Amino acid sequence: MEKFGFSILKARHINYDSNDKSIAEYISEREPSFRICIECGCCTATCTTGNFTRFSLRELQILLKRGENESVREVINKCMLCGKCTLACPRGVNTRNVILLAREAFQKRLKNAV
Amino acid sequence: MQFDPFIIPFNIGLYFILIYAVARSIIWFRALSRPDKLRLQRGFFGRAFGQSIKEIFLESLIHRKILKTNFRLGYMHMSLAFGWFLLILFGTIEADVFGESHLNSPYKAIFFKFFNPVHGRMGIEAAYGFLMDFILAFILSGLILAVIKRFWSPVVGMKRTTKLKPLDKVALTSLWLIFPSRLLAESFTSGAYGTGSFLTGTLGSALASFLPAIEMAYPFWWLYSLSLGTFFVLLPLTRYMHIPTELFLIFARNSGIRTGDQPGAFQEMQIYSCSSCGICIDACQLNFSAGIINIQSAYLLKGLRNETDVSNIADNCLMCGRCDQKCPVGIELTPIRMNARRITETPVSNPGLLKRYFPDHSFNIRSKPATSPSYNWLPETDPAKADVIYFAGCMTHLTPAIKIAMKKILEASGVNYNFIDEDGGVCCGRPLMLAGQDREARELINYNSRAIWKSGAKILVTSCPICYKVFRESYYLDVEILHHTQFIRRLILEGSIKLNFLRKTIAYHTPCELGRRSGVYDDPKRVLMHVARLLKTGFDDENSLCCGGSLGNTRISYQQKNKIASDAAAELTKDNPDILATACPLCKKTFAGATETKVADIAEIVAEALVIQDPVKNTSEKKLSRLKATAII
Repeated sequence: MEKFGFSILKARHINYDSNDKSIAEYISEREPSFRICIECGCCTATCTTGNFTRFSLRELQILLKRGENESVREVINKCMLCGKCTLACPRGVNTRNVILLAREAFQKRLKNAV
Repeated sequence: MQFDPFIIPFNIGLYFILIYAVARSIIWFRALSRPDKLRLQRGFFGRAFGQSIKEIFLESLIHRKILKTNFRLGYMHMSLAFGWFLLILFGTIEADVFGESHLNSPYKAIFFKFFNPVHGRMGIEAAYGFLMDFILAFILSGLILAVIKRFWSPVVGMKRTTKLKPLDKVALTSLWLIFPSRLLAESFTSGAYGTGSFLTGTLGSALASFLPAIEMAYPFWWLYSLSLGTFFVLLPLTRYMHIPTELFLIFARNSGIRTGDQPGAFQEMQIYSCSSCGICIDACQLNFSAGIINIQSAYLLKGLRNETDVSNIADNCLMCGRCDQKCPVGIELTPIRMNARRITETPVSNPGLLKRYFPDHSFNIRSKPATSPSYNWLPETDPAKADVIYFAGCMTHLTPAIKIAMKKILEASGVNYNFIDEDGGVCCGRPLMLAGQDREARELINYNSRAIWKSGAKILVTSCPICYKVFRESYYLDVEILHHTQFIRRLILEGSIKLNFLRKTIAYHTPCELGRRSGVYDDPKRVLMHVARLLKTGFDDENSLCCGGSLGNTRISYQQKNKIASDAAAELTKDNPDILATACPLCKKTFAGATETKVADIAEIVAEALVIQDPVKNTSEKKLSRLKATAII
C-alpha cells in the first residue's frame, strides 16, 4: 500500500463501543432541524460566548451526533442563549432549542429518564 | 307558604354556589402575600372600591371592551350577562312588589310566574310583564348567537372559537337550556291562564291552542330549575367560574396587585377569570400566519386550570403581547406564560372530586433545578469612564449598520461616550429569562451591572429593545436607561444634532419589546417625523405586529418564522413606503429577508439625515456660549 506519510491521529478515532447517541436522538426527535446542520460553523463564528472562550456550537453538535456526550455535558452550559447563531444559520437550524434540549436531556439523564 | 318540589334543584345549586364563592374567596385571600393583603385591605376602604364597582358594571355586565373590538361578540356576551342581571334584578323587584310578602327567598323571584300565574293581566302589572318579556327576548337573542357561534364562529365575526372539554359541554348545555326552558315554562303557564306579554303571552296562547298547557308547563318548570341547579353546581369545575372570579379579580387589580414573577393567588384568580372567549386566538400571529392553533393564551390558562402539562404550550409563543392588549378581562397573559416557563413540567394528575373543587395549584409549582454556575469564564472588564455608555447588544453586532450609524450620531453630538461592548459584549440576560432560566440570567445581569457601575456613566443607551427591557426591569442600576430612539430624540430637542429633512416616506414597525412590553411608542415616531414623512400602517402602537424573529419562541421552525415575517412585512408595506423603519436589530434582520422594501433602523435613517458640523467648531462654539453665559452672571 502506498505510504502517504500521514495517518489518523489517535485522538480522532471514533469509538462506537463507548459512544452513546441517545442525547442526539432525544434532540433530533424534538427538534428535527438538528439533523439538517451541515457543520458549516457560522454559529461558532458569530457566537457571543465564543468571543471570550473556546466555545463552539459546531464542535458540540458534531460531538453529540458522534455520541461523545461527556465532552459536551459541562461545556453546553456556557451558552448565554442570545440567539445570534439562530439568525446566522444558513440552514435554518433552531440552535437555541437544540441547546435547551441538550441541557434538558443531560438533566433528565441524571434521573435516568433517557 | 308557596312551595313546590321542583324548586329544590335550584335552591341546592344557588346555596351551594354562594357558600362556595365565599369559601374560595377566603382561600385566595389567605394565599396572597402580606403586602398584597394590605393592598387589598387598603383598596377596600379606598378609591379602588368605587373604581371596581364601575369596572364590574362596564366590563362584567356591559362587556364594553368586547363591544368595542367586536360588536356582535360583545352583544352576545352583554345580552347573556347584562340581560340575566336585569332579569334577576327586576324579577326580585317584581316578587317584592307584587308578591304576597316582602323580602322573599330568591326562588320566588325566579319562579314568580309559577306561583302567581294570574298576575300580569292589565295595568301596571301588564306593563311590568312587558318589561320582563323584553329582557327575556334580549337574552334569547344573545343565546341564539351563542348557539350558532358554537357551530359556525364567523357569525360573531370570529375566525376561531375555543375547543371545550366534556364538563364544559355539560355546563354549556345546562346554560343554554336555562332560558328556553324559562320561556316555555312561562309561555305554557301564561297560555293556561291567559296572561303574559308579547313574548310569553303570544307563544303561550299559540301553544295552548293545540296542547294541554297546564300539564305541559309543569315539566318545563322542572327543567328550568334543574338546568339552573346543574349549572350552579358545575360552575366551579368549568370555565364559567370566570363569572364570580372576575369580580374578585377586578377588585384585586384595582387595589394594585400584579402578577409578579412567581405564580401565586393573584395568578390563580386570573387563570379562573378567563372566559375562553377566544379573542386572544384571533389576535395571535401564530394562528393567522403560521397556522398553529393550540397554544394560545386561552389554552394555556385552560391547561393551568386543569393541571395538565403545559410546557409545550408555554414555550411555543412569540411573547409579543398582542393577546395581553386584546384580552377583554385584562389578564396579564404574558407574565403568566413567563411564570409557566419557570416551572418544570407538571405531572398530569387525576384529582378526586373534592380536589377539583378546591385545587391546590401551589402544590405543583417547583422551580427548575439549578444547573451549576456556567458563566465563571466571563472576563473581568475595566471600562473607561464616560458620561454616556452605549451598549449595542448582541443582535446589533449582527446588523452592524446600526452600530456604525449610532457611532456617527454620538460623535456628531459631541457627548463624552464609551462604546462598552464594541469588541463584543456579554448578553443582557433576557434571552435566558425568556427560556425560564432566571437564575442563570442573574449571573449575566450581575456581570453587566458591575461593568456599568465601573464606567461611572449617567446614561446608558442601548440599540436593542430586548436589552432595554431587561435593563429597566431586572437591573438595579443608578443610571438612566434609554433606548437609542429616546436618546436621539433628546439630542434633537437639545439641539445637539442637526438633521436634514429626507424626501422619503417611511412606515414604522413598533418592536414588541419596545412598544407593548416597555411602553415606548412616541419617541421613535417623533424622531421619524422629524426627518421624513411617516405613514400610518394600520398596525400602529398597541396594535403592532410581531416580526416573527422573537427570541421568545424556541419551538417554531425557520419556515414558520419566515411566514410570520413576510405576512407582517406585507401588511406594513401596503402603501409602498420608501423605507420600512424599525427600532430593533432583530426586527430589522428578520424583515430584511421578508420584503422587497428597504428595511432600516431609525439610527441609520437619522445618521443619513445628519448635518455634519465641524466637531472642533462645535465644541469651541459651545465653550464660547458657556463663557458668554458666565460673563453675563
